[in-house]
Amino acid sequence: MRAFVVAVFGFLYLPIALVVLFSFNAGHHASEFTGFSVQWYGKALSNPFLVEALKNSLFIATTSALLAAFCGTAAALGLQRVGAPARAVFDALLGAAIVVPGVVIGISTLVALVQLFVVVNPFLASLWPTDQPPRLALGYGSIIAAHGLFSMALVTMIVGTRLSSLDRNLVEASSDLYATPLTTFRSIVLPQIMPAVIAGFLLAFTFSFDDFIIAFFVAGAQTTLPIYVFASIRRGVTPEINAIATIVLAASVLLVLLAQWQLGRRKPSP
Amino acid sequence: MTAVPDIEFRAVTKRYGAVTAVSGIDLAIPPSAFVALLGPSGCGKTTCLRMIGGFEQPSEGHVLIRGRDMAGTPPYRRPVNMVFQQYALFPHLDVEDNISYGLRQARPRLTSREISLKAVEALAMVQLAGYGRRKIHELSGGQQQRVALARALVNKPAVLLLDEPLAALDKKLRTDMQIELQNLQREIGITFVLVTHDQEEALSMSDFVCVMNGGRIVQLGQPSEIYDEPADLFVADFVGKTNLLSGKVAGLSGDRVDVALADGTVISARKRVPLSRGEAVSVSLRPESLSLTAPGSGSLQGIVRNRIFLGSTAEYAIEVQGIGSLLAKADHLIGQGNLFKPGEPVAIGFAAGAPLAFPTSKNNGTNQREDHHVEIVS
Repeated sequence: MRAFVVAVFGFLYLPIALVVLFSFNAGHHASEFTGFSVQWYGKALSNPFLVEALKNSLFIATTSALLAAFCGTAAALGLQRVGAPARAVFDALLGAAIVVPGVVIGISTLVALVQLFVVVNPFLASLWPTDQPPRLALGYGSIIAAHGLFSMALVTMIVGTRLSSLDRNLVEASSDLYATPLTTFRSIVLPQIMPAVIAGFLLAFTFSFDDFIIAFFVAGAQTTLPIYVFASIRRGVTPEINAIATIVLAASVLLVLLAQWQLGRRKPSP
Repeated sequence: MTAVPDIEFRAVTKRYGAVTAVSGIDLAIPPSAFVALLGPSGCGKTTCLRMIGGFEQPSEGHVLIRGRDMAGTPPYRRPVNMVFQQYALFPHLDVEDNISYGLRQARPRLTSREISLKAVEALAMVQLAGYGRRKIHELSGGQQQRVALARALVNKPAVLLLDEPLAALDKKLRTDMQIELQNLQREIGITFVLVTHDQEEALSMSDFVCVMNGGRIVQLGQPSEIYDEPADLFVADFVGKTNLLSGKVAGLSGDRVDVALADGTVISARKRVPLSRGEAVSVSLRPESLSLTAPGSGSLQGIVRNRIFLGSTAEYAIEVQGIGSLLAKADHLIGQGNLFKPGEPVAIGFAAGAPLAFPTSKNNGTNQREDHHVEIVS
């Protein structure tokens, strides 16, 4: 039994450990470890294409996570006031949005966006006074929209859970102490759900930063870090790729841990 | 009527779907009174309190605060404050910020100096001077209770609402807080409305007790009135301990009635409602109104089954053939040796004014559901 557990975890984590190990390899080959070095990190970070992809990823992740945190929180607050039957439908839809495979989300978002562009672009062109109307196309915007939509479901669930455990008495007490609904929201509800909102933001950021599948479908000509890694693998696995993978891994683990910590920040029981 | 009542209920009914929580209540609470709404859980007392606070709206009728109809007025515009059952202190604010929360909403705005002065004053009032910067979770249950009180009273409300405020405290602390609440009410002079299911608490603290059952007010009166002259069988049974002896009406004369008990003994009791010959009745006899003497004299004969010696008093469970077990409470006088032992035969006597006869059929607290039903149909 113990051997079995070791085998399972070995199978899970050994490849990752190897990637991390070989990112510190002094040699050129991914097959033999010839000594410790951080040269590949330096190489990776001086590669302009890679840095560009990293910047893109950070920008997209930040924007989509902000969007998701804002809209998701608003949705969770709105869902609180919905009746039980409708609530069950929304909860099921949210759950479904999270389990739908990335490929399906990718394709469907792509199709939806292209259809949208087909309708909107001529319309914009007809309205625009000059000859060069703005054209909506795949790129930053479409990745942010796709990631934001998916992450919104995540944030709605996390914040919704926190809201449902919020003591209704606190809201009533605030109202009893002459606070208008807006003041109550600002001074009581928001501070209470803030850890969940932050955790939702961090998870949304992590998701967007790591995502390859959805981004691959809707990226158009843009390159995100996962897309860059995928593309460069075709030219062979270099220790440089290992270094990037290790950076992404470290960042993701850190963010998820941060999110967990935020969610664990329970109000001390009275 | 001289003064405008602080709180007035005019034919107030509250329904939740098919369930009627409060049905047709009329009530006027005079200024500066300490009133307890007393009743078993589900009797509508908390609903009444929440309608004063504005957290529930009456389905019918009107709630008035100092003569102003509160229909459509949200909680944050009502001149009342509530002490919640679980205190509902804001966990992310410290003690002083909790207390000054209501003051900060005042318009025109108070200066932060005024606010902090008032908060410090309020803390001193509940004997928590110097606790302003403590976190809520650092306080004991009793201290949290005081903070909740200070947070409500610092706003100088017209009426203070208390929702089972002492339920979460242990017995010793509860007794202390009962006295403290009484003192506070007298000092400040505003009306306190207390909701409780603990009859001892209601009797000991309040000027008026409003006994509720099945969404209605069964009796309103001073604590001693409620105890001595219960309006019906439910009140007699719910408020204080009592022995209920069932029997049938054997004879009527004026305000008295002869009741034939199950074993054939006929005792004379007072009545508060009209009774007819042959009607099934229950006779209420308070344990402390029973006197125990050597067998032979007295109205009923029994055998001591258990004795609980409590120091100043002793409680006896006495088995009376054909009637059942009766509870008697006797003063214990030092050196008199007037204790009876288990197994000893005794005679039970009582003053002529002690037994009270009530019709057995209705209002004994078990038929709430029928009550609701009747209300909905009518």
